[in-house]
Amino acid sequence: MEVLRIATAGSVDDGKSTLIGRLLYETNSITTDRLEAIHKASQRKGIDFVDLSLLTDGLIAEREQGITIDVAHIYFQTPKRKFIIADSPGHVEYTRNMITGASHAEVSVILVDARLGILDQTHRHYYIAHLLRIPNVIVCVNKMDLIGYEEEKFRAIEKQFTEFANQIKAADQRIQFIPISSLYGENITKRSEKINWYKGHALLEVLESLDASPKESTAKSRFPVQYIIRPRTEEFHDFRGYAGRVASGRFVEGDSVTILPSMRTSTIDKIYQYNQVIAQADTRQSVVITLKDDVDVSRGDMIVKTGEEPEQKKELDADICWLNNEPMKGTKTYLMQTGTSLTKAKIASVEYVKIPSTLEQLPATALKMNEIARVKIKTAKGIASDAYKENPSNGSFILIDEYSNNTVAVGFLN
Amino acid sequence: MSSNKKEFPRALEDEAIYILREAAAQFERPAILFSGGKDSITLVRLAQKAFYPGKIPFPLLHVDTAHNFPETIEFRDWLVAKTGVDLVVGYVQDDIDAKRVAEEKGKFASRNTLQTVTLLRMIEEQKFDACIGGARRDEEKARAKERIFSVRDEFGQWDAKNQRPELFEFLNGRIKPGENVRVFPISNWTELDVWNYIKEEELDIPSIYFTHERDVIIRDGVLWPISDFIYRDADEEIIKKKVRFRTVGDMSCTAALASEADTLETIIDEIISATLSERGTRLDDKRAEAAMEIRKVSGYF
Repeated sequence: MEVLRIATAGSVDDGKSTLIGRLLYETNSITTDRLEAIHKASQRKGIDFVDLSLLTDGLIAEREQGITIDVAHIYFQTPKRKFIIADSPGHVEYTRNMITGASHAEVSVILVDARLGILDQTHRHYYIAHLLRIPNVIVCVNKMDLIGYEEEKFRAIEKQFTEFANQIKAADQRIQFIPISSLYGENITKRSEKINWYKGHALLEVLESLDASPKESTAKSRFPVQYIIRPRTEEFHDFRGYAGRVASGRFVEGDSVTILPSMRTSTIDKIYQYNQVIAQADTRQSVVITLKDDVDVSRGDMIVKTGEEPEQKKELDADICWLNNEPMKGTKTYLMQTGTSLTKAKIASVEYVKIPSTLEQLPATALKMNEIARVKIKTAKGIASDAYKENPSNGSFILIDEYSNNTVAVGFLN
Repeated sequence: MSSNKKEFPRALEDEAIYILREAAAQFERPAILFSGGKDSITLVRLAQKAFYPGKIPFPLLHVDTAHNFPETIEFRDWLVAKTGVDLVVGYVQDDIDAKRVAEEKGKFASRNTLQTVTLLRMIEEQKFDACIGGARRDEEKARAKERIFSVRDEFGQWDAKNQRPELFEFLNGRIKPGENVRVFPISNWTELDVWNYIKEEELDIPSIYFTHERDVIIRDGVLWPISDFIYRDADEEIIKKKVRFRTVGDMSCTAALASEADTLETIIDEIISATLSERGTRLDDKRAEAAMEIRKVSGYF
């Protein structure tokens, strides 16, 4: 069974919680005791309907203030697929949470209130889906019931959104539009009879049939080494295996491989999945690889197919989002992590800060929390990375503050 | 592509193994929190797979409240013997005897909250810098907000509003001395995923997960197993019923479920059609709306 990861973002009023609640309810994913608990909590808050946002706003502070602060993870399943929703708050001050939620997603669901049309927030959500190169975007035009299920309004929103998206959209990203009413369940799990001018599928049908294969599966083969397995038992006396998860591409027994950064070469002897020897390891599979030669390999190294070696660079161009309260300091040294490899890094310059809602580029020298910027980075060690747009798993990185140990930025290499 | 709710999504296993290897690589002395329940049994299996042909590079830590189901302890000792993994036990009774904690009193007394103190003491005594737990985000709303690498301060506290962002596959486990990290490899699994995995992997589990006849009392519509650890009013009548347990906690806070399910197959059917959530049989969660969050803030896993 496949797993599809969905990112949703939005504010209190756009009906996002109701939409998620609907999906759960109509796929029999909420149990009666949970519904009852929400019902009781709704009554305590003095509201006369069942507030489905209480399903996702799990923290005391969130329920007190009626806002989503952090990403919540919601699970449901149909006979076709297992779904994981990363639901994050939608306001500008939570841009970092949106990026966090979206970083695992294969689909971004963007909600638009049919009465209000395209807002700044809509632009921001799409910009993040673009920045992260999420392959599928579904724009749900919600609250169609409040505009009499009128086609014209829907088409106008579709046109306006498309015009904005076309300024930046990558060729391989697919955008679809669905008119819905989450309150009345129109076009959520089954096609609406009220919206008969819409010829497409209901949201759940689209989610069930989307192509979920990661872009990495067709990218160059990369295997960041996580851990060295040396049992030193009688049976496996000389066994030396490299444990990791295939970041991209595919490795086959007998492949000629190069170890980075040393550039030494060897051949894959065996690929183990637990106690089974398998002929090949595909993207995202966790395996153990053994090599024919006794070469020096440690955590942080990367095994790649010979002939597919990435260039090792110490000067990099990247888009980053600043995640921390403490602003970025140009003179400070951070730790940069790509794959399982860590190196010291400095932000040499900030080219510009991007305003996601307007796509404006403003000059800047420092970066505050939630800001997205194009920067130049200098590193102590060469980085064996790919461009994010070609291979997200080997083109993304995080920056860590060595003193607080916090993850302070996420980046996408150009 | 499968079209069956009874098939385990293998991507979740690859993810869990990745997380376990990160824990082994990033920490000096991690331990697996082992309760004898299905989630921690799953963790042990995943750890075997993650480090094969090497042995599991961390011990199991069991926080023993002395209010266990005897079947669970029997199972624990059997599993330890079979896998050869090390076992470390922390006794809640030791903390009670040393007056670090006081036993709760009354009808709903439980040692559930006391466990936290023992857990934190064991972390300190054994110098564990990471504790790997079988908590899942689908279990409970505060857990839905939990990170995979969850940093705790010197007092074991969870700062829910100020969590370290977790992006892509990056798990940042860097900590200062005294801090520790809770690691949750099966965060993204649901109860159904765990059962399907147990079935596909043919894992052994304690017998109390299957239907059996047991003395219970019915209190507020809930079936409570009779034991030395549960307070019973004189007018509460003991009856025999066919029951099983859906979660394995303390005998004092884990209710039974009327069930005829005697195989993994029938348990899975029961879960697919269940109208009550997994933790609906846990009294510890029903104490307050935010019971889990409050316990997590003070160091519970």
